[in-house]
Amino acid sequence: MRRIISVLMENEPGALSRVVGLFSQRGYNIESLTVAPTEDRTLSRLTLTTIGDDHKIEQITKHLNRLIDVVKLVDLTEGAHIERELMLIKVRATGAQRAEVKRCVDIFRGQIIDVTATVYTIQITGTSDKLDAFFQAVGEASILEVVRSGVSGIGRGEKVLTI
Amino acid sequence: MSKKAFYIAATGRPGPVVIDIPKDITNPTDKYEYSYPERVKLRSYTPAQRGHAGQIKKAVQLLLSAKRPMIYAGGGVILGNACQQLTDLARRLNAPVTNTLMGLGAYPGTDRQFVGMLGMHGFVEANFAMHHADVILAVGARFDDRVTNTPNKFCPNAKIIHVDIDPAAISKTVVADVPIVGPVDSVLNDMLEILASAEEKQDAKALEDWWKQINEWRERYGILVKPRYRTDGDMIMPEEVISTLFEVTKGDAYVTSDVGQHQMFAAQYYPFDKPRRWINSGGLGTMGFGLPAAMGVQYVHRDATVACVTGEGSIQMCIQELSTCKQYHLPVKIICLNNQALGMVKQWQDMQYDSRYSESLYEESLPDFVKLMEAYGHVGIRVTKREELRAKMEECFAMKDKVVFMDIYVDPTEHVYPMHIAPNGSMRDMWLNKTERT
Ligand SMILES: Cc1ncc(C[n+]2csc(CCOP(=O)(O)OP(=O)(O)O)c2C)c(N)n1
Ligand SMILES: [Mg+2]
Repeated sequence: MRRIISVLMENEPGALSRVVGLFSQRGYNIESLTVAPTEDRTLSRLTLTTIGDDHKIEQITKHLNRLIDVVKLVDLTEGAHIERELMLIKVRATGAQRAEVKRCVDIFRGQIIDVTATVYTIQITGTSDKLDAFFQAVGEASILEVVRSGVSGIGRGEKVLTI
Repeated sequence: MSKKAFYIAATGRPGPVVIDIPKDITNPTDKYEYSYPERVKLRSYTPAQRGHAGQIKKAVQLLLSAKRPMIYAGGGVILGNACQQLTDLARRLNAPVTNTLMGLGAYPGTDRQFVGMLGMHGFVEANFAMHHADVILAVGARFDDRVTNTPNKFCPNAKIIHVDIDPAAISKTVVADVPIVGPVDSVLNDMLEILASAEEKQDAKALEDWWKQINEWRERYGILVKPRYRTDGDMIMPEEVISTLFEVTKGDAYVTSDVGQHQMFAAQYYPFDKPRRWINSGGLGTMGFGLPAAMGVQYVHRDATVACVTGEGSIQMCIQELSTCKQYHLPVKIICLNNQALGMVKQWQDMQYDSRYSESLYEESLPDFVKLMEAYGHVGIRVTKREELRAKMEECFAMKDKVVFMDIYVDPTEHVYPMHIAPNGSMRDMWLNKTERT
C-alpha cells in the first residue's frame, strides 16, 4: 500500500542524508521526496511516499523516530488528508494540437505558463493520480519533458503536525 | 555539541556517538570562548523514563499465570544496569533464565536457574525451554536471527512480553503480545513491586513439572554437565581449552573474544557469574575486536586478569596493537585457539558446501606467533600437547605483568555444537554433533 509519511526534522546539515540513508540501508524504497524549511526556520518539513504493508511501515516510522534529527512524524495515509503534487510539463503543440492541448489543460485546471511557436510549458497541481491521468489525456507521444515536485501532504481539519 | 553527544551516548539505548571535529577548529591561534552547558535538552530526543503501568501489570499477571515461564534476557539488561532486578525477578518467579550472547553474565552463569545461552549455538536445554514455554519474558533482547532460527516457527506456544528501551526493537521480527517500552531497571523494579503485594499464586505443581522437564533436558544434552566432545584422543580440543581457562582463572577473568568458533566455545564453556565480564562484538561480528577490547578493559582494571580468546585468523586483524600493549603496559593474555583455519567459515563449508574449502585455509602461510611476540617484546608460548595444556596455561597467567600469547594447536576438524538446523528449523531443531540431531 502507498503511504505518505510526513516528518518534522531539524533543519541542519546531515539531517536529510540520515533520513535517506535509513531507507537505503534497510532496503526500503522512496517513491518521492520533498523537503523545505517551515515557518520556523530551525525545522524542515519532509514528505515522502513509499510502498509497504503495515508491518513495514511500522518499522519505517519507528526507525525514523529513532533518528535524533527527527522531531516528529505522522503517517498521513492513516487519516483524512490532502495531498498535492506540482508538475511542470513541456509538450509539443503545433497545428491542430495546440487547441487540443489547451482544452486538456483547462479540463485539468492547469495553466500554460510559457509558449513558443511549437511548445507549451504547462503547470498542473493535484494528486499524483491526477498528474498521471494528464499524461494519458495529452498523449505520451507529445510529451517532451516532465518535472514533478513529489508529493506534499497535510492532515485535514484540526489535525496539525507541530512541535 | 560535546555535551549533547555525551547525553545521547549515555541515555536511552546507550551507544557510541561520533563527533567530527574539523582540523581548522584545532588551530592554536584561533581562540574560542569556552562554554559547557550544565544540562542539555533535545526536543527530538526523549527516551522513555518509565514503562506503561497497565502493560506492566498485565505482564506480571501473565507471568504469575504461566505454567512454563521463561526469561530471555539480552545485553540490554547489562547496558541498563538491571542485572540485580533480573536476578530478583527470576528468583521470585522461580523461572528458568537464558541469556543471549550479549547478555552473558546478566544472570549468574553457574546458578541453578540458568539454563545457558540460547540460539544458534546455544544450549539445547535453553532452546527446548524456549520452544515449550507458555510465557516468555524478553528483556533487553532483540530476537536476533542468531537466536530465533526461523521466525515463524519461533516458540509456537508462547505469549511474549517484550521489555525494551527502544520501541523499534519491539515486534520487529517476532510480534510481542505485551510490549513494554521503558528502561529495563525501572520496568523490572515496577514488576517486583507489584509481585511483592500480588495475591495470585503461581501454579506450584506446574512449575515443579516444568523444572523436572528442564533438568531432564539438561542431564541429557547439557554440555557443561559432562563433556560431549572427544576426550580420548591426543589432540587438544578447543572446548577443553576454554574449560581449562575457566579453571585456571577461577571463573573470574574478564574475557573478550573475536568472531568464529573460538568465540562460540568461549561463550559456551566459560560461564560468567557477573555482568560486564564477557566483552564481545555480538551481532556486529567484527573479527579484530578482541585484542583492543581486552586492552580497554586492562587499561581500566589495572590488576584484573584479562583474557582475549581469539583465533589465528581474528588476531591478525589488529595484531599491531601488541605495540600499544607495550607502550601502555597492558599485560593482557591472548588465548589463541589455533585451528589453522578460518574455522567457522570452514565449518559452514563442511556443512553446506561439501567441504569445499574456498579461501578458509592458510596453506602454510601462518606466522610463527611465538617469534612474533618476542619481536614485540612480549612472551609467546606454543602448546601442541594435550598433557601440557594446563601447566602452560598456569604459567601464562602467573606472568602477571607480561603480555602473553598462548598459541594453542587445537583439533582443526572440530565443529561448534550444538547448532541450529537451518533453514526452516525451529528453536528446538539442533545438531548435537556431526551425525546426531534432536
Ligand atoms: C572483519 C571480518 N572479516 C570476516 C568475517 C567473517 N568471518 C566470520 S568467522 C571467520 C573466521 C575466523 O577465523 P578465526 O579467527 O581463526 O576463528 P576460528 O573460527 O577458526 O575459531 C570469518 C572470516 C568477520 N566476521 N569479520
Ligand atoms: Mg581459526
